[in-house]
Amino acid sequence: MTAILEMRGISKSFPGVKALRNVNLAVEAGEIHAICGENGAGKSTLMKVLSGVYPHGSYEGDIVYQGATRQFSDISDSEKLGIIIIHQELALVPLLSIAENIFLGHEPATFGVIDWDAAFSRTRELLAKVGLKESPNALITNLGVGKQQLVEIAKALAKKVKLLILDEPTASLNESDSAALLKLLLEFKQQGIASILISHKLNEFAGVADAITVMRDGTTVETIDISTGPISEARIIKSMVGREMSERYPPRRPQIGERLFEISNWRVEHPLHAGREVIKGVSLHVNRGEIVGIAGLMGSGRTELAMSVFGRAYGRQVTGRAFMQGREIDLSSIQHAVRNGLAYVTEDRKSLGLILGEDIKSNITLAHLSGVSRAGVIDERREAIVAEQYRTKLNIRSSGILQKTLNLSGGNQQKVVLSKWLFADPQVLILDEPTRGIDVGAKYEIYTIINELAASGKGVIVISSEMPELLGICDRLYVMNEGRLIDEMPAAQASAEKIMAAIMRQHGSQQ
Amino acid sequence: MKHEAIKVDAATRASIWKNNLRDYGLLGSLLVIMALFEYLTGGVLLAPVNITNLILQNSYIVIMALGMLLIIVGGNIDLSVGSIVGFVGAIAATMMVDYKIPWLPVVGISLVLGGVIGAAQGYFVAYAKIPSFIVTLGGMLVFRGLTGNILLGQFVGPFPPDFQSISSGFIPDLVSAPLKAVFGNGLLFGPHFRWTSMLIGLIGAGLLIAAGIRRWRRDSAQTMETEPFALFAGKNAIFAILALGFSYLLASYRGLPNVLIIMGALTLLYMFVTQRMTIGRRIYALGGNRMAAQLSGIRTERLIFLTFANMGALAGLAGLIVAARLNSATPSAGNSFELDVIAACFIGGASASGGVGKVMGVVIGAFVMGVMNNGMSILGIGIYWQYVVKGLVLLAAVYVDVYQKNNG
Repeated sequence: MTAILEMRGISKSFPGVKALRNVNLAVEAGEIHAICGENGAGKSTLMKVLSGVYPHGSYEGDIVYQGATRQFSDISDSEKLGIIIIHQELALVPLLSIAENIFLGHEPATFGVIDWDAAFSRTRELLAKVGLKESPNALITNLGVGKQQLVEIAKALAKKVKLLILDEPTASLNESDSAALLKLLLEFKQQGIASILISHKLNEFAGVADAITVMRDGTTVETIDISTGPISEARIIKSMVGREMSERYPPRRPQIGERLFEISNWRVEHPLHAGREVIKGVSLHVNRGEIVGIAGLMGSGRTELAMSVFGRAYGRQVTGRAFMQGREIDLSSIQHAVRNGLAYVTEDRKSLGLILGEDIKSNITLAHLSGVSRAGVIDERREAIVAEQYRTKLNIRSSGILQKTLNLSGGNQQKVVLSKWLFADPQVLILDEPTRGIDVGAKYEIYTIINELAASGKGVIVISSEMPELLGICDRLYVMNEGRLIDEMPAAQASAEKIMAAIMRQHGSQQ
Repeated sequence: MKHEAIKVDAATRASIWKNNLRDYGLLGSLLVIMALFEYLTGGVLLAPVNITNLILQNSYIVIMALGMLLIIVGGNIDLSVGSIVGFVGAIAATMMVDYKIPWLPVVGISLVLGGVIGAAQGYFVAYAKIPSFIVTLGGMLVFRGLTGNILLGQFVGPFPPDFQSISSGFIPDLVSAPLKAVFGNGLLFGPHFRWTSMLIGLIGAGLLIAAGIRRWRRDSAQTMETEPFALFAGKNAIFAILALGFSYLLASYRGLPNVLIIMGALTLLYMFVTQRMTIGRRIYALGGNRMAAQLSGIRTERLIFLTFANMGALAGLAGLIVAARLNSATPSAGNSFELDVIAACFIGGASASGGVGKVMGVVIGAFVMGVMNNGMSILGIGIYWQYVVKGLVLLAAVYVDVYQKNNG
């Protein structure tokens, strides 16, 4: 086999920071090459060097692609040669159709007049290739994240891709969508398209990748050939973090007390489509000191449930009763929900969780400003002390409490959001995908925080698409599907197979 | 990230310098512009009478810019303020001249009227969720039209002297007479020097320095990052010299104008509100990320509503000041003031996308506009060329801001 891509001795500096140090990466023609490493290890920077986001001259080293040294000055240079990168945050225009998005920027047109017939028929072909059964006319905004991901890949195919780079492609996908995506990569491999797959999910790419390159602290640690045989997760993790991680989940001795929070017969209608029920009569409870998980596929209504409970932040016609310590409580607004001891840590920390332009300090105190003020006047000294306490306690890696949250890594941003709600001192925390896009080391720290919360007598509800995570940290699990809770089980008796079986059973019964 | 932990001190210090550079760069620009016009006008710009005029002409722009800052930080815009100035002025004039209502109640009614107008617009923006650009564009037309209908093309005036003194009056000179009795005519700065105004300037400068030192000491005693001492000392020295210099200039004419006191007090109040109060913090959070603010339990609608009501009341106050200055209400009073006010905010460093902007910056921004207006008028530059220059300065200021943000 010959290498389609070789990156030799790549180094890249930002003012005061060496982001990449002498990185070497070789991708063989037609292979699936996984790159893994903790957040901040330099994976994304390396891909930006490759695709020309950082132009030639702004880095040291050589990029050899298809046998020649290349000097890309921007993305269009690399795209012309078939290097296509699909970012974690999808770059689709929500209010345009699939076809319009696929051909955005290179529409089939003569003298600026678009040939829609050609565009539509080509789109149909591409959609068939990626296995997406949607009309080319469908608007992106009406598609789920999984389908949007497929549109992105179809867009890459339209550009005659030879090397496809996927940055955390499955981070926001559920298990079946992820599996479909990985299968697609294997098909592309048959057609001779090489892929670079950046991922945190070790178990996933181990099944499809031919080689794994591990990055740490801005440099490549090693490349492991796994086409000949599988390799243990522990081995990769050790290489990533530079130490042995004996346990993925911190140990815990649950002390479960009396019933703390409860909702019964909770019903929610879709915010735009009146009459369409999204949550169809959910009843659940959480006890003191208990960590309860809600498992389910993407789109099963878990986030909608959580947000509607949190002061009707989602949906219309929210009905149902809610109780805290046996007393019925009013959740009609977010202010009421907070006052009654609820907190909701959103799954989308960048657009819903943080004020990115503000510093760590202001973000931490935002939900509970009354805790650092008197008569509406902020006590800046107390605020600084509070923020510093959480920064230290949660190990938020930063230059200080005045650092803008925009410049923090994903794991540290999540710790800031958690700090905000810890300071508000709620009784019950609902954590929606608390470790999405976060590296192994930071995940462990977040699990430890969750454990401490439970140990201090709070109730914790965790929503996660990663089943091993739910099984690893929860005491009890609910399984949600299509707006209903369809099963409940102690985590000790649960397994990924059992949960999937429950979901499948319900799908079966409906058809 | 790992490398952040290593670069702590240097990075923090660099960012503090950079932030300060932005803040004081603006003040520096104002001083440069003033020096330029002082030179071009052959010393007229800084003549005591002209400085007094400059303050009288700009006070209402500054006052409205304080409210506009909160609106812009919250992620909105208000195009109607110029029309509210005209409308409130017309109503106040009608009450005083046609209905002979005493001036003090008229002031109260006018402020409330401005607040109600702002609140009405705020309702449509905050609760009916109509973009503020559209709501206030409508308000701009409605209130300009109503102003014309009330005044029927006439000037309504004149007003009682007490009302006029809001704009054209100066603080009473209480200490010069006793000083004169003691020192006789050999008193420093001549017999007509307004010693009260000078003393107020002295006290103000002293308080400024004292507050600065207290804050700096407190910050450096804790783990808080502070600015380097050289910067801190230099900055305070410049402020003190400026405060003393201006009080001297004003004192050698007729003393501190009443509107300067109103403007100064409001500026301090809004600095306190934006920097120290929870409501200020929440407005910044709202503009920075509305959804995140809402999910943090902040009542974003009510906040937006309040920023508009506040803006209306300040526009009402500006309307009174403008009417008092002209000693009549005119159909065109306040015309295109919204543009000067909005320009002052953006020159002062507010971000059009919300969440960013400081009171001090906006006040300086307003004076950048004011000095250019005044200086170019003295030089006899035509009004149309003045528009061209002001437009380019606005663009340049925001360009520098954006450039710094993208390349910093």
